[in-house]
Order: sequence, then structure tokens, then C-alpha cells
Amino acid sequence: MRERLVVVGNGMASLRFLERLAQHAPGAFDVTVVGAEPSPAYNRVLLSSLLAGDMDEAACRFRDAGWYATSGYHLLTGRRATAIDRTARLVTVGADAIPYDRLVLATGSSPIMLSKPGSDLPGIIAFRDLSHIDAMRAAVRPGARAVVIGGGLLGLEAAYGLARIGIATTLLHVMDRLMERQLDGRAARLVRAAMERRGVDVVLQADTAAFEGSGRVEGVRLSDGRLIPADLVVVAIGVRPLVDLGREAGLAVGRGIQVDDRMTTSDPAISAVGECVEHRGVVYGLVEPGYDQADVLARAFASLPATYHGSVIATSLKVSGLPLFSAGAIADDARGDAILLTDPRTGTYRKLVVDEGRLVGALLVGDVGEGPWYLDLIRSGAPIGTFRNDLMFGRPAEAASPEPLKRAA
Amino acid sequence: MDGATSSLDGPIRTTCPYCGVGCGVLARPDGVGGVSVAGDPDHPANRGRLCSKGAALGETVSLEGRLLHPMVGGVRTSWDVALDAVADGFGRIAAESGPDAVAFYLSGQLLTEDYYVANKLMKGFIGSAHVDTNSRLCMSSSVAGHKRAFGSDTVPGCYEDLDAADLLVLVGSNAAWCHPVLYRRMLDNRAARGARIVVIDPRRTTTGEEADLFLPIAPGTDTVLFAGLLVDLVEAGTVDEAYVAAHTAGLADAVAQARRIAPSLHAVCRQTGLSPADVTAFYELFRTHDRTVTCYSQGVNQSAQGTDKVGAIVNCHLATGRIGRAGAGPFSLTGQPNAMGGREVGGLANMLAAHMGFAPPEVDRVRRFWSAPRMAEAEGLKAVALFEAIEAGRIKALWIMATNPAVSLPGAGRAREALAKLDLLVVSENVASNDTVARGAHVLLPAAAWGEKDGTVTNSERRISRQRAVLPLPGEVKPDWWIVSEVARRMGFADAFPYRGAAEIFREHARLTAFENDGSRDLDLGGLASLDGAGYDDLAPVQWPFPADGAPTARLFADGGFFAPDARARFATPAEPGPAAVLSEAYPLWLNTGRVRDQWHTMTRTGRSARLGSHRPVPFVEIHPADAARFGLAAGDLARVSTSTGQGIFEVEIAEGQRPGSVFVPIHWSDANSSHGAVGPLVQGVVDPHSGQPEMKATPATLSPEPMALRGFALTRHEIAPPAGTWWARARVEGGSGTLFAAGGRAAGVMDWAPALFPGCEVAEYVDVAADAYRCAAFRDGVFEGALFVGPAAARPRWEAAKAVFAGATAPESRAALGETTGGAAAGPLVCSCFGVGLETIRAAIAPGGATSPEAIGAALRAGTNCGSCVPELRRILARELQPVG
Repeated sequence: MRERLVVVGNGMASLRFLERLAQHAPGAFDVTVVGAEPSPAYNRVLLSSLLAGDMDEAACRFRDAGWYATSGYHLLTGRRATAIDRTARLVTVGADAIPYDRLVLATGSSPIMLSKPGSDLPGIIAFRDLSHIDAMRAAVRPGARAVVIGGGLLGLEAAYGLARIGIATTLLHVMDRLMERQLDGRAARLVRAAMERRGVDVVLQADTAAFEGSGRVEGVRLSDGRLIPADLVVVAIGVRPLVDLGREAGLAVGRGIQVDDRMTTSDPAISAVGECVEHRGVVYGLVEPGYDQADVLARAFASLPATYHGSVIATSLKVSGLPLFSAGAIADDARGDAILLTDPRTGTYRKLVVDEGRLVGALLVGDVGEGPWYLDLIRSGAPIGTFRNDLMFGRPAEAASPEPLKRAA
Repeated sequence: MDGATSSLDGPIRTTCPYCGVGCGVLARPDGVGGVSVAGDPDHPANRGRLCSKGAALGETVSLEGRLLHPMVGGVRTSWDVALDAVADGFGRIAAESGPDAVAFYLSGQLLTEDYYVANKLMKGFIGSAHVDTNSRLCMSSSVAGHKRAFGSDTVPGCYEDLDAADLLVLVGSNAAWCHPVLYRRMLDNRAARGARIVVIDPRRTTTGEEADLFLPIAPGTDTVLFAGLLVDLVEAGTVDEAYVAAHTAGLADAVAQARRIAPSLHAVCRQTGLSPADVTAFYELFRTHDRTVTCYSQGVNQSAQGTDKVGAIVNCHLATGRIGRAGAGPFSLTGQPNAMGGREVGGLANMLAAHMGFAPPEVDRVRRFWSAPRMAEAEGLKAVALFEAIEAGRIKALWIMATNPAVSLPGAGRAREALAKLDLLVVSENVASNDTVARGAHVLLPAAAWGEKDGTVTNSERRISRQRAVLPLPGEVKPDWWIVSEVARRMGFADAFPYRGAAEIFREHARLTAFENDGSRDLDLGGLASLDGAGYDDLAPVQWPFPADGAPTARLFADGGFFAPDARARFATPAEPGPAAVLSEAYPLWLNTGRVRDQWHTMTRTGRSARLGSHRPVPFVEIHPADAARFGLAAGDLARVSTSTGQGIFEVEIAEGQRPGSVFVPIHWSDANSSHGAVGPLVQGVVDPHSGQPEMKATPATLSPEPMALRGFALTRHEIAPPAGTWWARARVEGGSGTLFAAGGRAAGVMDWAPALFPGCEVAEYVDVAADAYRCAAFRDGVFEGALFVGPAAARPRWEAAKAVFAGATAPESRAALGETTGGAAAGPLVCSCFGVGLETIRAAIAPGGATSPEAIGAALRAGTNCGSCVPELRRILARELQPVG
């Protein structure tokens, strides 16, 4: 008899795991997938493009219910798992208790909302799922004003999307520059200017003190006393791993559910992948590490060699006309040598950080074509040697490719 | 416009203004100031071929940097004012201080007609013989050697001898680079007829690399080798006793002297540094090949014993009777396009006119012919002595025409200082500025340039060809003969200088050559003395002597008939060769100088071609690997070369072909295009006692590293000069000017140049502080204005890619403009100038399963198929690329 595998969560990491499992070990498990959202996993990364109208909903869809069925996966949507009984090996889903031999937690993360006075007023939303897109679209009308709180990747994309659909948008960021973890000072200034050109009013060092409004949000009060009027407030200040299910089941949990290099939690029967996970002390709030983890876990389930070493993550901003790519250590005070390229004509800015003869960081604004190649170099740690002088100028032709440019196996 | 209509009439036949080969050129004006050129298939010198320099003539005719108006005291003025200033100045100084206080310094670039008028004015009307010329630096030892041997300055043979010889001996000649079209004829002869080629040169030049036998001779010892050859010919019984008996004198003395200089093979080898096997092989080749032509050029002429070297070579030809016969003879390869024409009119201080000297009957004859009021009656001062007289204040007025002595003279530093002492310095020039003009010319006269001039030139085989105007005279530019005639008129000699065109002057010159000649003088143009205007316009290339009652003459002296009272040639008894200068601990190396393939003299013309500029863009010093190691130098380093008279800084090129103990620096760079690249000030210039020609090929010198932390380049739409303290050289590039530089300090210092180089521009920048690299590309209103690249000397930025972008794009991506390897970089450094084929392109054509011969490369890329001067380089590249990887 096949082992029973229950996957809790049907987000992007979950789906990637299911796809890889179907590839490496088709039919090896009796699989049940439990998803809290009403539809099967969709491309959450494209939400901002969907909002901006650069993509339609169809482009965000991955697999329909039929695929799950064909793959032998029993898919439950709109159902939330609420408890795990590790002794009985049961997952509680509403009134049902689903037995498992092996359990995968892919519960993802939830947006952090500000707990300030008035934060429960209607009109204050996160930017996390399709329902939030609907809420933003519903706010469109002449004279509509929105505030986005959070000058990180998601906040910028939300603000851009809102401005794009015709809402006067103000972006509030508590730090002195945008995307402070992915950008250096110069890039942040370029991005701010680009956002302003796109009609987004950017307020830095904006510390939210309270939300104001009667019955519905009407404005955001800053700690310096300023009031920013708003009919809609989008809070995009980060995500928090959803770990309650694991914690209550007694799994080892830090900031996320702790896993080893094979994505196994403190219970050998339970694995975890995606944004809910803490691996080697690191919690990733992005999809790509989740994919890497899902790949590793699927191989582990298929009894293939599988080790997760952590991910070097790259950030791409999806604001049309403002290509941006950031990977590795690019801060102004990052260790290593910074190599810079700037072109005020085009707003191009590139920074490569080289440490001990290896590329350790890449920040590209305006011209991101080689981003993936730089990411490969950062990940592989290949020595760049004398190629340093040409590194900025892109991947050489194949014939001329020197040794250091080969991808690490 | 003239040009536009001319182009409809078909190309204009004219002559190339560079070396002494004198190639015919078909020039077709494009109607907008430009000219396209092709070799003239009907010209006997080149039969349609052109070298890289000639082929690029069309790229050199722009008016940028031209002198277009007369200037007095640095201010533009009218011709009247300028000509009066010259006439008054020369008249006054000659009157106050005597005729010997004034002088002309002329040029092998002048046309015969220009030369004739200047020579006539000075020697017949002002009354001074101080008319010398840059030809003194070029071939005056050949002149002296010819006169001593033949009684006349006669080149006995013709170019067809190069096709018909079985043995071609090149002495002190890098013909592959300096006379490329003749060299191609020699290679064709070898290919078709199996002629052997022997090259004798201290340096294994491109010519030496192609030789069947290469003799790396010690500097200054050619006389020993040829004295030994004479002894060998005598001992082997190869002497043509009948010829010697009938047509020569002095063989016994010559042989006796040769035995003193070269008593044995051992003695020859000891002095020349050659191996017995090589010397024996050469002597055997010479002995056994009746049809032998010995070509000699600057390695022989530019020597303190140049005249004796010529004598030692000519001796071997006289002794074997190999002279004036098809495929046999000594052959001086002249450096300049009209050095021969200058010699013909007498434009040298030790000649009077029309191959006549200063013997009283000759002075009298010329006086009568010219109706001259004030004949110079004794030789004047030769170039080096002339500048010494200026330095000493004895010469107070000098008129320089068409040459740049502040660069080209030996001890150029002293010459520059001397020029500044003159009461009156007049310069007739094409260009508004060069090192000579910069010495403070009081009067600047805008002279016609190639493409505008109309007249005749004579090439190395005594062939007179027309140089015809292709373009209109720009601005207020005038022909040199007009300028000199106007000055003569203003000095009161209007009757003797009534010329309205070049044809009138040529006829007068031709008449003078025939005047009371009757076969007594080699130069006789009597057959051309009655050419009418149309006949002159249509004159086809013709060899002299051409007496009125005879025909043009291809060869002389096969049957004797030398221009001596007894009609006999004289064998030379050369002095025992001893160094004019000696090496010392302080100066342990010989400094040799010469030309590079794609440049001509001080680059005022070839420097305008981007194509020519890309072969060798910076001044360099070639050093043998052993010497490089000894002085702590590596390829690409900068080295200071110092002599007792001056110093310069050059990029090190390691050359296996360089003779150990000897270094080579090209002559082309000057203060106008480099910071420290002029070699003239370094050359000591000890003169030959007979010809007055200075030694340019062997000056004691030393080397020292000149470390500069940074190397880089700037590409700009207009010429720039980097800050003082920078080493730099400038080359024309497609779309503007390229400046290659070296600097001290950190790249951040060079970064500060950008605002001054590109004022008001937006600047895209690349900065790698840790690697000490900086690059920027400047844009004005979105249009690409230029780029500045700098990096550590060990990882200097390459400029091929940036040059390609600079040439082509008006608004390139910043990454394209700032990259080192994108775009055109693939082509690599230029190898073939004619077709613009770069090293990397050639390597690609060779690699794997590709071309294995220069011919195959030519078929694939056309490289090497025009002038052929890069073929040896192609062979080297092939050898390198095809060698098995170990």
C-alpha cells in the first residue's frame, strides 16, 4: 500500500513540490493537498503586474484542478488545516481528520499589518492575494487617493500598480531610502526618481502613528504630525512565516519552522518548504528559495540525493520601464570592491561587488539583461580572474568564453 | 566646381607624394573636396599597384589643420604684405650682412619646378649657395658616391632590372615597408624566375624576414663586407677584366685598400659580426650570379661613412662589369618622391644647377644662361653645417619650404634652438602648425599640397612623371614656384622670374640641362626642352637622359661612357671604417632609426588617415629580448632612451629581429603628435666627410625604465593634449582623434580630466576603484562625443572596441561605449591597412581547418593582396597559430 502524503498549503512552493514529485516519483504516494485559498496555486509574484494591467489573470494561473486529478493528487481548496496530531498522524481540516504517513507543510507566510490606532478600519488591506487586487480595483474612481506603506519590493510594485490604474498614490517608507536591503544609496535615489516620474509621491522617514477615519480609513497620521489623506491604505511592510500549525504541533520553530538540509522538521515524518521555513537560521520571503527547497524535497521523497545549501536570492522589481535587479551583497558598506557603471542619459546604474576574485553582489538599474548570469556567477563562486575588466559588459560570446564563465554544475 | 566636372572626365593621372618609387596614381575627385585613388596600371613604376600609404592618399586631403592664408607675426595678412616682408627681409639682410647671411632649406617634397625657381633665385640672384634640403638627410651620400665613381650623379639602372635580376642584394633597406611596390616586384621576380634575395641589415626587418639569406651585420661595417667581397671577386677571378680595362681606373688601389680593410674572411666576420657561413654564402651568391642588382637605401646613406659604403658597393659592380645591363647594377633606392628632381636642378649646397658644380666654367655657363647678376661661386653650407651657422648667428634669414627640420634634423633639439635665433624665419607650409612652425616663424606662407600641385617629379630610376592637380587650390594657397617668383620679382628680378606656369619653368630647366652639354653631362633633357603647354600637360613618364637628338635612356654605362674627362669610372678607396661615435658605459647601445610601414616622415599627411594610424599608434623602441632583460624592460613598458644630445620616451617592443646591443626608434613622431616621441633630438648626426650627410642609424644610447602606473586613451572629436607630465601620442581615428597616454598616480586623477575633455557633456562612467580603472563616455545632447579609458599599466585598456563604437555610433548604449571587448573588438589590432583586416579576424580565418598560407588568408579576407607589405606579418601569425599546442 502506498504511503499517504498530505501537503498543507497550495502556494507556489507547494505546487513546485507536487510537480517535481510527479516527475521523480510518479504515483509513489497517495497525495492529498489542502489549500486555504479558493483557487489552486497561482502565480503570486505576478499580482503586481496583474494590478498594473501588464498581465491578465490567465497569465497568473499555473495548473487547473484537472492537472491535480490527472497527477493523482487529491486537491482540497478553500479548506484550512487547523491542527496536527503527530501521534495519531492526523491533520485536522475543518471537521475532517486526514491521516498521513508523511506530512509536508507549505503554509507560506502572512502579511504583517501595522498595529497602530485605527488599524482595524475598513480600507486598510495587505497586498498578498487575488482578493486584494479586487479591493484595489474597487477603489478606482475620480479623485481616489491611496497610501502604500512600505518601500520594499512589494510596496513599490503596489504603489506603481495603483498609480497605473489611476489612483493618486503616496508611498510611505520608514527608512531614509527605498528598498534599503536590495539597493545602495545611489540606486535608491534612481528608483525614487523613477517612481516619482510614474506619479507616485514618495515620503521617506515616514513613521506611521495612526490610521484615521470614521467608519472607514480616511488618512494616515505620521508621527511628525502630517496627515496623508487616503481612501485606501495598502500595508506592504513584510511577511511573517505562518508557523502556528507547526508550533502548536510541537515542531521546533524559530522565526520559521526549522528544517535540515533535506527539509525535514524536528519530526522525521514532517517536512516543510517555502516561506514558512527557517533553514540554517534564514527565513526567505521570496519564491525562488521556496522553489529550490521544493526541488530538494521532491528528490528526497524520490530517494534521490538531495541537499539544500540555502539560496542566493535575487530581487527583480516589476515596474515597467524601471528594470531593477539585485542579488547578493550590494550595500554601500558591503565587503569587497565595488565596480560601478552609470549613465545619466538613460538612468542606467550597475554595481558589481567583487570580493577575493569572486562576484558576490550585483545591482542593476535600467539594464538588467545579464542579471541571471551575474546570479549564476554569484551562486557558483567561480573566480573571475582577468575577466574582471569585462565583467560589467556582459556575457562574452560563446567562442570567447573564458573558463570562469562556465556555469557551476 | 572643377573637381565635380573632372570626375566626369575620368581619373587624373598623377604621382604619389611619398617614397622615391614614384608610383603613378589615378585620382578621381569626388566633387566635395575628397579624392579617390587607385594605382595607375599604365605607370611603369608600379603598373597599377599602390602600397598602404599611397592607397590611403584620399584620406589625407581634408583641409583640417591646413594653412590657408599668409601670416606675418602670427597674424593673417595679405599675400602682398607677406611677400613684401619676405623680399624686404632677405634683401635687407643680404645687403647688410652679405649673401651668405641668408639661406633656403628645401625638401624632396617640392616639385622640380618649385625647386628650380628657388635654387635659381638664391644661387644666381641673391648670390648665396646656402640652398640645402632635407635630401641631405636622405641620399646625399649616394650622390657623392655616384659622382666620385661615375663623374656624375647617375643611377645607372632602372626598375626593370629588379624584374630581370637573378640575385637581389638589399643593403640597409627595409624595402618591404619603405619601398613596398618595388619590393613586390622583387618578390614577383623570385616567384616567377627564382631570383634569390639577400638582405644585409643590423635589424631583421620585415624585408630581412623574407630574405633567402639574411646577414645581421654590425652597424657601420657594410664597407668591410663589400671590401671583402671585392677581394673575393678578385681572388676567384670573377673580375670582368675587359670592362675594367676599357672603362675604369683605380682597381689596383681599390683592391689594395680592400685587402687592408678585409684581409681575410676571419677579419670580415670579426668586424661585421657575421658568421663565416653567411659571409661565404653571400660571396658565393654574388660571384655566381651575373645578373645581380644591389639596392641600397638609408642604412647605407645615413651614415658617417655613407659615401664610402656606396663606393665599396659600386666597386663590386664596376669590377664585375655588372652595371647598366639588364638585371645588373648598383641601385640607390631614394627616400623621397622628388629627391632626384631636387638633385637635377641643383638644389643642394654643393651643386650649382642641372648636375653642374662650382667649377668656374660651370658657374660661368649658368651665369650666362640665367643672365644672373650675382652668382654664388663656391659651395654653400650643407644641412647640418647650415644649422650650425644659424646657431652661430652667421646665417640670419632662413626660408624653409615643405619640410619639418625641427623634427627631422639630427640633434633636433639644437636645431630648434637655432631657429629661434633667426632674424627672419620664413616657412612655406601646408599645415598651420608643426614643430618647425612652432619655433616662431615670422612669416608663414600657405603652399599647395599634393592633389593641388602641378609639375614634375623624378623617381629613383630617373623617370620624370607629372604630378597633376586634382583639387582646386584652397583658401589663398599658392604653388611654391609662384611664391618664390613673386618674392624674386619684389627683390627686383622680375625679368628673370616671369613664370606664369610650371610648364615654362620646366622648359627653362630642360634647356639649361642641354645648354652647352653635348654629352658632357649625364642630365640632358634636351628632348623635352621644347614641350608646349599641351605636351607638358600630357607628358607621359619618361626617363632621362633624353637629349634633343636622342631618345629616353633606360640604362647607362654598360659600355662605359662615364662622365669624366677620360670617360672612365673611378674605383673608390674607402677609408677604413671606424665608428664615428663609440659606445661607452654610459651609452652602451646603438640607437638606430627608420620608418614604419604605414607612416611617412613627420606624419603631417599620413597622420590624417585613421587607417594608417592604426598600425602603429604610439612611438616605440624595438629592443632585443636580451637587452630588454638587461635593462629590466618588458613588452609594453615605457622606456626612456637617452643619448648625449637628447632623450625621449617610447613604448617597448621586444623584437627577436633586433640586433643585440642595438635599439630602433621610428622617425615619425614629433611634438605635434606626441609628448616624448621625437627621435631627432636624440640623434647625434656626425656627418659624412664627403656628402655632409649625418649619421642617423648609430648613435650611442642607453635605456632606462620609465614606470608609469596608468595607461589609457581618449577618443575625442577634436585633437586634445593631455596635461603636462603625461606621456602621450596622438593618432587619427575614424571619427576624430585618438590619444594614447600613460600617467602616474591613480585613475581617480585621470577621472578629473573628463570635464575639461568633454565640457558641457553628460558623462556615462565606469569606475573600478580597487582595480584603478576608470572609463567614461561623453554625450552632448545625446550625441556621442568621445571616451576616456584608463587602467593600470599592466592591464591597460584596449581601444579597438571603443574605436569601432566611436567611428560608427552617434548614440551608443553606455555599455557598448565603455566596453573593451564588445562590438568591433573582435577584429583586433590592424594588420592589413589596405583592407582594414585585424589580427583577430586573421586568427579566426586560420583556426581550425582554415587558411594555412598567406595566399589562403588573402583569398578569404583580401588581407595582403594589395600592397603585400603585411604578408610577412601574415606569415608570422600563421607560424604562431599553426604551431602544435604543447
